[in-house]
Amino acid sequence: MTAEGPAPSAAAAAAAEPTPPPVVEASGLTRRFGAKVAVDALDLVVARGEVLALLGHNGAGKTTTIRMLAGVLTPTAGTARVFGLSPFEHGPAVRARLGVLPEEHALEERLTARQNLRYYADLYGYPEDRVSARVDEMLARFGLSDAADRKVGGFSKGMKQRLALARALQHEPELLFLDEPTSGLDPVASRAVTESLRSLSAGEGRTVVLCTHDLALAQGVCDRVAVMREGALVALGTPSELASRLPARLVVVVGAEEAAAAEAAVRSAFPGAAIAVSGDELLLTDLPSGSTPRVVALLVAAGLSVHRVQPVEATLQDVYFALYGEEGRA
Amino acid sequence: MTGRGRPERMRAVRAVVRKDVTVALSSKAVSVPFVVVPVMLMVVMPLGIALLARFADGEVARLGDQLGALAPALVARVAGLDPAQQVVVLGLVYLLAPLFLVVPLMVASVLAADSFAGEKERGTLEALVYSPISDRDLVLAKMLSAWLPAVAVGLVAFVVYCVTANAAAWPVMGRLFLPTAMWLVLVAWVMPAAAALGLGTSVIVSSRVGTFQEAYQVGGVVVLPIVALMIGQVAGVIYFSVWLVVLLGLVLWLAAAALLWLGARSLRRSELIVRL
Repeated sequence: MTAEGPAPSAAAAAAAEPTPPPVVEASGLTRRFGAKVAVDALDLVVARGEVLALLGHNGAGKTTTIRMLAGVLTPTAGTARVFGLSPFEHGPAVRARLGVLPEEHALEERLTARQNLRYYADLYGYPEDRVSARVDEMLARFGLSDAADRKVGGFSKGMKQRLALARALQHEPELLFLDEPTSGLDPVASRAVTESLRSLSAGEGRTVVLCTHDLALAQGVCDRVAVMREGALVALGTPSELASRLPARLVVVVGAEEAAAAEAAVRSAFPGAAIAVSGDELLLTDLPSGSTPRVVALLVAAGLSVHRVQPVEATLQDVYFALYGEEGRA
Repeated sequence: MTGRGRPERMRAVRAVVRKDVTVALSSKAVSVPFVVVPVMLMVVMPLGIALLARFADGEVARLGDQLGALAPALVARVAGLDPAQQVVVLGLVYLLAPLFLVVPLMVASVLAADSFAGEKERGTLEALVYSPISDRDLVLAKMLSAWLPAVAVGLVAFVVYCVTANAAAWPVMGRLFLPTAMWLVLVAWVMPAAAALGLGTSVIVSSRVGTFQEAYQVGGVVVLPIVALMIGQVAGVIYFSVWLVVLLGLVLWLAAAALLWLGARSLRRSELIVRL
């Protein structure tokens, strides 16, 4: 009998597990339409279970990227692999494992909600004996049971969006491409979609690639964001990573009548900083990172009373506007 | 996993066909021509000709005077019949035969316009192209969704026509005179070709226009050769013998095949998606 060593710890076992291959890999992916470069040499990897937001203005190349990754548009150059397969050579096999929510809902408005879902269940080859139950389940999950047998043409925009999301999910795809899922929705419908997205990523472990203009949605539900501009990827990282690349901002509240002295002290030590004064509150931007202790020390040394010092974390909106400049605010 | 099994693929094709037909029939712009045109051509017109032969002696006599304008071979086919029977046979067996082809042609053309241009117009194509159905199966499904109903409507129209014509002309003929061998060839060989021609025309037109109405109207020109055949027969240039019908079927099949081959290229996913 061979002697057995100690049982490996859970951490060691986890470390020994091979990293799952990425769900999406794109390398130098390029698509031109005539002289226009819609997607320019895109390199992108999306891990299993990750939620990635593709951000960018209209025409930035987000939808074209999704179309190439789904194998419905051939690239001009570069390669892509989805589930380890080329979507251009194995389109049906790749698309069978994808759920796509196009920017326009693309529902058949002359059919009922149930007929729409049934149609796509057949197209995706969902097991025939389970289709009826699955359709009922999806209608209930998205709050459409009462409208199941009504023609979609009479639905509100929010109902159509929920039905389109149900259609994208009903065949239990491993990867979801969602193009502007909250576009044109009222706040209530938008929140419902956002909550659905959270459950998809956290509860169900699906991989999601989300094209959106909704920066709050991206900040709230995405693990990483990729910002595209004129077809090129200009930033990629977690929202906090991207935010940390922006210069630090600090709100400082000093004693009454001390704001002018505080401004002068900071300006002398940090000539590059922008300072906005409002009453006894100063907003300091464009500071070097890690400046907070120096600012406090500086003010104290100047004999000023520092009532509050609060670093202001940059939001995804700040990142986006920084990348797009004034154009981003248009 | 690199491909889908045949049962799954055929299920997807059936789903597209079923959906396209359901959607088309739910639109009045599509379903009204479906009923009105066959009823006019296959019920009202034979009834009119049969009643003319039975009750309008003066018209029948005038028609007899004009027999010389028809092709001699056609005149020979009705020799030995009385004038009223000549009207029935000339009208219902020969002159209406080309018009019968309008039914499958029109049905296929309308359905294909709704299936291709209509789907583009309604914005429903994008979700379809993201589904796993292959390009080949998508083309097959889209074509079958127009061709199969057109052939089915053509068959029903043929049966209705035979029953109507035989019943309405019974007092004049005293026997069943339809279908003839020529009509059987027309139904079995030419009618499916006419449906394919209507389909092919609509596929080509739909790839170049943005709406169902445009596709329907432009595609309607395909009826003109059929009208020309009818005029040719009245003018004595041709007559619908079995051999002419066999040849006509061959020409229509070849024309349809060429149009479908050209049209199928416009149905590839990568072509469809850039036109959305």
